[in-house]
Amino acid sequence: MSVETKTLDEVTIRFAGDSGDGMQITGSQFTSTSAVMGNDLSTLPDYPAEIRAPQGTLGGVSGFQIHFGSTAINTPGDMCDVLVAMNAAALKVNLRGLVDGGVIIVNTDGFNDKNLRSAGYDESPLSNGSLSKYQVFPVDISKLTELALADMNLSSKVVDRTKNFFALGMMYWMFNRQVENTVEWLKMKFAKKPEIVESNIRVLKAGWNYAETVDIFTVRYDVKPAKLKAGRYRNLTGNSAVALGLVAAAEKAKLDLFLGSYPITPASEILHDLSGYKNFGVKTFQAEDEIAAIASAIGASFGGALAVTTTSGPGLALKTEAVGLAVMTELPLVIVNVQRGGPSTGLPTKTEQADLLQALYGRNGESPVPVLAASTPSDCFYMAFEAARIALKYMTPVFLLTDGYLGNGSEPWLVPTEAELPDISKPFRTNPENFQPYERDDETFAREWAIPGTPGLEHRIGGLEKKNKAGSISYDPENHDLMIRIRAEKVERIANDIPLAKVDGDESGDLLVIGWGGTYGAIRTAVEKRRADGKSVSHLHLKYINPMPKNIGEILPKFKKILVPEINLGQLIKVLREKFLVDAIGYNVVAGLPFKSTEIEQKIEELLGGL
Amino acid sequence: MGKLVDDVVTQAEHASVKYVAKDFASDQEVRWCPGCGDYSILAQMQRIMPDMNIPREKIVFVSGIGCSSRFPYYMNTYGIHSIHGRATAIASGLKMARPDLMVWVITGDGDGLSIGGNHMIHLMRRNVDLNVVMFNNQIYGLTKGQYSPTSEFGKVTKSTPQGSIDYPFNPAALALGSSCAFVARTLDREPKHLQYVLKRAAEFKGTSYVEVYQNCNVFNDGAFFQFTEKETKDDSVVYLEHGKPLVFGKNKDKGIKLDGFSPVVVSLTDGMHSINDLLIHNEKDSTLAFIMANMTYNAALPRPVGIFQAIERPTYDGEMSKQIDATISKRGRGSLDKLFASGDTWMIQ
Ligand SMILES: Cc1ncc(C[n+]2csc(CCOP(=O)(O)OP(=O)(O)O)c2C)c(N)n1
Ligand code: SF4
Ligand SMILES: [Mg+2]
Repeated sequence: MSVETKTLDEVTIRFAGDSGDGMQITGSQFTSTSAVMGNDLSTLPDYPAEIRAPQGTLGGVSGFQIHFGSTAINTPGDMCDVLVAMNAAALKVNLRGLVDGGVIIVNTDGFNDKNLRSAGYDESPLSNGSLSKYQVFPVDISKLTELALADMNLSSKVVDRTKNFFALGMMYWMFNRQVENTVEWLKMKFAKKPEIVESNIRVLKAGWNYAETVDIFTVRYDVKPAKLKAGRYRNLTGNSAVALGLVAAAEKAKLDLFLGSYPITPASEILHDLSGYKNFGVKTFQAEDEIAAIASAIGASFGGALAVTTTSGPGLALKTEAVGLAVMTELPLVIVNVQRGGPSTGLPTKTEQADLLQALYGRNGESPVPVLAASTPSDCFYMAFEAARIALKYMTPVFLLTDGYLGNGSEPWLVPTEAELPDISKPFRTNPENFQPYERDDETFAREWAIPGTPGLEHRIGGLEKKNKAGSISYDPENHDLMIRIRAEKVERIANDIPLAKVDGDESGDLLVIGWGGTYGAIRTAVEKRRADGKSVSHLHLKYINPMPKNIGEILPKFKKILVPEINLGQLIKVLREKFLVDAIGYNVVAGLPFKSTEIEQKIEELLGGL
Repeated sequence: MGKLVDDVVTQAEHASVKYVAKDFASDQEVRWCPGCGDYSILAQMQRIMPDMNIPREKIVFVSGIGCSSRFPYYMNTYGIHSIHGRATAIASGLKMARPDLMVWVITGDGDGLSIGGNHMIHLMRRNVDLNVVMFNNQIYGLTKGQYSPTSEFGKVTKSTPQGSIDYPFNPAALALGSSCAFVARTLDREPKHLQYVLKRAAEFKGTSYVEVYQNCNVFNDGAFFQFTEKETKDDSVVYLEHGKPLVFGKNKDKGIKLDGFSPVVVSLTDGMHSINDLLIHNEKDSTLAFIMANMTYNAALPRPVGIFQAIERPTYDGEMSKQIDATISKRGRGSLDKLFASGDTWMIQ
């Protein structure tokens, strides 16, 4: 039988199995190989909340989705075209994310009575016709893996752990990619365990050969390389990007990086990554709680470090009072909030954008803090760097908002060089003459940074109101009013120092979609698709939320309607309405999931249809 | 330390002047109530500072919130008057970032044992090289007289009109239980002893914890008079001195001996016991330290005052610097270009 090869512009596939089935490795290997082949791509892992949920249950399903193509890829994909399901639970959980007519490859061994029961199936979906609208390819992956390793004398546990590579091999065949990249990786990764290398390579090739020789697949797909900017690339998650951006900022500021943090999903990876960068002098402190974490960072900042604290929603709630102290003492500090589903413990492993108002307003007193938001995993690098730059230049705490989707998601990152990054160093005050701790720069309103160890600059700071310039305690009413305004003005002045907002698409028209944070990819894709259909719609994505770029007020009136999609009940929209008195329309779904570009497209259609 | 901090530290020209106590007084007017025990603690601190032989600019006082926590404003050094309970955490971060500094924490019984209790015990087990002075007045002074975690059971205060039903912490035992390396107790009204203990705390490498019995003459006047006033103090306090037997009493006629694991008072004049029977204090014996700390609320025993324990072990900040130095000497100072291009990378032409 001849095999037909179809060329696709883009495709989304999802590997799903039990959390012990190695789906993350399978997915990241497919990603790495596709990247090397020059595809643009975006990925999203989907972990179960429980570390070890009972085997075969719905709660234990682990997934990895990759969207790759020869065109620009902005999201990990709304729906998948191909689903690899290693057991019944994986099928059940992921079926609703599969397009009609999509391909399902199942490991039939994962559909025995026990698996079916654990997944809550009364009868096997493979035989009752319920999958008739999909193309189903049942393969006894477990058995075939066993056969491939029959003469290696491995324990059944080891054999079982290898079966994911059989599935990977089949997918490599189906998408016309070679196994070499993964073979090299195995050799490097398990250099000290030749048995593991050998067994995995064998099974990987067995999967590839099986698909090649057995007449079950009639179509193969070709996804050509994308037109990417030339250079060296690396696949990077948002959390790793934040860590790199912070190290880069410390180097370019000629300061040591200090991180005070307390583990919390989905922010912990930043702590893990930074604790491995000791050769850059990075000091990481796993504190007893989030309060101690930020407090230690404030202490380090007083001592002249680039101080950072990283957390997620519940942790930020604990840090609140200390953020106020950093505002009052006017010390530089970067506060990273990798947002997750709330309120309270909420949905730890799910994504959300519901902490914006908390970052803007969630403190006692008039307590202005700059708020930045990263838009893609690799943008996390640049926004972390930018947060540090602003913190140091303006002597202020700065919030960087990312989210679980950005933090865990990854995309190719065009590796920069150190030389491309700006120098953000600023000498400490050392001259004791006429020193006043709260004297300000005329332009930025920043006070000077004078650190312990400097003779003649001994001074005390704290949370009590400061006398203007002198910095001593003051209960004077006029002084308090003045200081409140000075602190607010300092943050406002940052608007002079950030890029103007740029609209993607026409600069005027029927509809402007305004987003912030991790919804960038979904909105971008939706707007581009509608524009390709001739619709008058543009996209504006805010990376600076406080203060906002100075030209926002000029952009908004150029559009007839404004749509603000957010994964919250309408937080940015409140700010826009308040600042610009615009009658913006919200699109809000708070399901713990990233937006699908199609739902935003629908909303755009709905609004433009009514024009 | 980063390059810019290094520049400041290495280029600083530290005055070689011999300081006197008043060099450590800031220009701020001291605003505690007249008669407050805090004045004495401030005075003794300023008095011992010249003996430290450390440039003023290398010293930082970090406090939380409370009457006691106003302390840093009055010291002509660097200082942070922070937020309630968090001074220990702030000071820890400062010391990690700047191991070259001498860092003091000033806290109260509310600040350090109530809202800041968690940070305090974690500081102690980590052994960050800080000196903590805990002003224990057994009351919340600044908020005008509520009971504190060291107020005695049954204490009538503004918030406990029928008497407190909280059992108090014994700060020394809490510190020992938290593996604090240096644990001491002293009194605002014993300036010489206070100076001695502060000096020892300053010289000790690791977390030094000094509980100071401090009179709040407005909201808890006389809480410690039994231990500080002439008529009663000699019979009510036993001073712990390394290598010396535990003798006390107006005429040095009483002592403490161990009966099994329990300390008991014996008379040195009734012919039944001699000085040779008495417990000899040993700062290096942590078991002994627990026994003596536990004498604290035992009405049949004198109140133990002095250095319960002083056992050095590696400090947290020291170990942190060591790991960094070891990594840099093994792998070399990091290069951003290498870091960016590490992991799986690929070229697009
Ligand atoms: C977060 C917070 N909660 C409560 C207070 C109010 N407060 C200030 S000081 C204090 C107690 C201080 O007691 P202590 O530490 O014993 O200090 P003292 O005044 O007795 O020296 C309280 C409850 C505060 N400032 N901040
Ligand atoms: S209230 Fe008590 S502790 Fe506070 S200053 Fe007055 S006397 Fe001292
Ligand atoms: Mg008190």
